[in-house]
Amino acid sequence: MQQNNGPTNGPAAAALLAAGIGSLALGLFVILAEASKSVNNALNFYNPVGPLSGKTTLAIVIWILSWMMLHGLWKNKQVSFAGVFTVSVILIILGLLGTFPPFFDLFAG
Amino acid sequence: MVITDKELWTVIHGMLLGAIFFMAFSGIWVTLFSLHPERTAGVVQRVRGLKIAGWATAIILWLTVFTGTYIVYPWYRAKPPEGADLTQFPRSYLLASPDRAGWHNFGMEWKEHVAWLAPILVTAVAYIISRYGVKLVEEEKIRKAVILVFTIALIAALAAVVFGAFLNKAAPIK
Repeated sequence: MQQNNGPTNGPAAAALLAAGIGSLALGLFVILAEASKSVNNALNFYNPVGPLSGKTTLAIVIWILSWMMLHGLWKNKQVSFAGVFTVSVILIILGLLGTFPPFFDLFAG
Repeated sequence: MVITDKELWTVIHGMLLGAIFFMAFSGIWVTLFSLHPERTAGVVQRVRGLKIAGWATAIILWLTVFTGTYIVYPWYRAKPPEGADLTQFPRSYLLASPDRAGWHNFGMEWKEHVAWLAPILVTAVAYIISRYGVKLVEEEKIRKAVILVFTIALIAALAAVVFGAFLNKAAPIK
């Protein structure tokens, strides 16, 4: 990672990695809610919507916070884009997997 | 000809916003592929359109998941009172029969979660398009990354839209 006065790839890397972190967070909350009745109840932020309200709200909060943090760190930096993007795609795929019923049902408590 | 509030919201959520997303998606996708160092004619106009379409798509997706989750979904999952007509309570209606339960246990359970990935991913894409603008033509790695993430967002949205359509057929919100 290096300082660079020209256009940097840091902001793009931060946006993509944060999207990956947000996706993974959603997948994890789905799995945790499936695995634990108490977590499922705790995620019920708004009764008409049920635990979906908590899973999505917390995933969005994690996504935004991680984006702000990564953007602050990388906004003027040139990062290893291929590496960051590979990690981002893996996190997005894990997030997709976490929302897939045959997968999260494996964790049913 | 009568349409209830619930049916109207279901149409707004699924058909109106969903249809706009898919139209915008195809335009954005083609334009992203057209950003090539050997095709610089009209690039400023193409990128300007891309910025508008990117943010419009992100906003549409956020509206779609919020209307779906906070307006339509509570009607879907409402608990029926004793002896109620289950056809008025889609979730309970589907779960009451083993032949229909899969529509909820697989279809709805997937749709309600996976849909939320699309606006997160498209917001990141819209931001990158705005931030880099015409520099995307030279930034091949970033441009290709944006195309891939945008395509994954489409797959997530497509899964939600397809199951939404099937669910509305199997157990319509009335």
